[in-house]
Amino acid sequence: MADPEIKSYTPHHESQSAAVTESRPAKAVLMIVTFAFLGIFLLLPLIVVFNEAFAKGLGAYTEALTNPDTRSAIHLTLLVAAISVPLNIVFGVSAAWAIAKFEFKGKAFLTTLIDLPFSVSPVISGLVYVLLFGAQGLFGAWLKAHGIVILFAVPGIVLATIFVTFPFVARELIPLMQEQGNGDEEAALSLGANGWQAFWYVTLPNVKWGLLYGVLLCNARAMGEFGAVSVVSGHIRGLTNTMPLHVEILYNEYNAAAAFAVASLLAGLALVTLVLKTLLEMRYGAELAATRGH
Amino acid sequence: MTTAPAKAGWRFRQPSVIPGFGLTLGFSLAYLTLIILIPLSGLIWRSAALGWADFWAIATDRRTINALEISFGTAFIAAMVNVVFGTIVAWVLVRYNFPGRRIVDAMVDLPFALPTAVAGIALTTLYAPSGWLGSLLAPLGIKVAYTPLGIVIALIFIGLPFVVRTVQPIMEEIDKEVEEVAATLGANRFQTIARVLLPGLAPAIVTGFALAFARGVGEYGSVIFIAGNLPYKSEIAPLLIVIRLEEYNYAAATAIAAIMLALSFVMLLVINLVQTWSRKRYG
Repeated sequence: MADPEIKSYTPHHESQSAAVTESRPAKAVLMIVTFAFLGIFLLLPLIVVFNEAFAKGLGAYTEALTNPDTRSAIHLTLLVAAISVPLNIVFGVSAAWAIAKFEFKGKAFLTTLIDLPFSVSPVISGLVYVLLFGAQGLFGAWLKAHGIVILFAVPGIVLATIFVTFPFVARELIPLMQEQGNGDEEAALSLGANGWQAFWYVTLPNVKWGLLYGVLLCNARAMGEFGAVSVVSGHIRGLTNTMPLHVEILYNEYNAAAAFAVASLLAGLALVTLVLKTLLEMRYGAELAATRGH
Repeated sequence: MTTAPAKAGWRFRQPSVIPGFGLTLGFSLAYLTLIILIPLSGLIWRSAALGWADFWAIATDRRTINALEISFGTAFIAAMVNVVFGTIVAWVLVRYNFPGRRIVDAMVDLPFALPTAVAGIALTTLYAPSGWLGSLLAPLGIKVAYTPLGIVIALIFIGLPFVVRTVQPIMEEIDKEVEEVAATLGANRFQTIARVLLPGLAPAIVTGFALAFARGVGEYGSVIFIAGNLPYKSEIAPLLIVIRLEEYNYAAATAIAAIMLALSFVMLLVINLVQTWSRKRYG
């Protein structure tokens, strides 16, 4: 994929002896392995998406995307992200403030609990809401008696999405705010600012790029979530189908071109997310949390 | 993550001039409880209500056992593959300079950003007998799509960034002087890598393995398209939960979910212990 020319690594200081770097053939082998592996596992699937999307021509592509069911799936995906991402932002900022600005008992445990959704299978994340709100669920009878619909409707999809995207903003902000310490806020307070002003004019500008980074990842997952949403959605075409679920339905109907057309929009979203994320890392690397990892 | 040093008398929190502790902690705890803790306890409560005999019958059902074996087995193999190739990828990205390095580096995060269903149908198309890679492998007698091998391929895709992104920052921190010392003392390059560098990277590699493995066990979207989903052969545990739910067999769905959760937590605990051990050993 990239230029096959291999340039030797130049360290900061003069130590180019063979013993501290690999021999040229070894380097070449490692680079070929890397490119082949990434090419087969990452690049090819991405190319396939766009290739299949346009396999039947531009006409079929636009027709697939303007189909009423596709359009309602796009609307639902945008709606679900528009509700769940802001809620997780409020939670993330609030949890980061409590955890980074204060020392209290049980803090490490609380941080672990926030990461919990990452170690739960998406299907289980959906299942837990079925067990609560389903017809045989804990609150099922009560909800039915009061005419409240959560499962197989938008509220259920939103809840499942919030569950799986729960940690993204918090885990980006907590290490960042811990690194920055309390000095700036203490100065603002001693100069007469109140708590809100200290947060709004001091903390928020300090963490804005980290916050954006977390929101970016949170949004990508919210719009792309499949397993959890699949369990709670009920797959009602035109009503409770999000974009990823619509991709599945079209694909299972052997309408591959349409499935890949919708998939190409999601792949486009992923690419935009990656570009913005890389730009943030390049431009504001120092203002993002140093300790990261999913 | 530092807890405050013990002071005279027990105190829930250290005094601070910063306001908003009650509000932010209260809101965070309420939100965490409503969204995560109550629903998860519901799952535990439901499976406890099943009764031991029913639970045991579901857990020892051949189909359940096979699904769990397939999920954990394929996730293990995929995580091992990612440990090998992920470490090589990280090494090349950290140590070598080549045109387009930044783009390749950014690409590694693709599986984090690409919705799993999209990855699923793309990989299936790629490895189907008529697909670009499937048609190359078919004459060799290798079938990927609709077999357990397909599950492994999907999980390699999903898990790759976990290993690279865990190992990469630790590699960047390696002091080159250590390698120079090893070389000066007569080690060849292979010895330096195997006996000096790799032990230092071991905790990060184990962590990357654990993350990729945990993610792979629970993965659903990218797998169901390529797996073929034959009961006893290529049916993963999350899919069996969905099937039981669609049959309105809440008891079986709950029991399998509880087993998966318990097994994942045991695995994470074991891996945590291994990590602590390797940190002490090679720290």
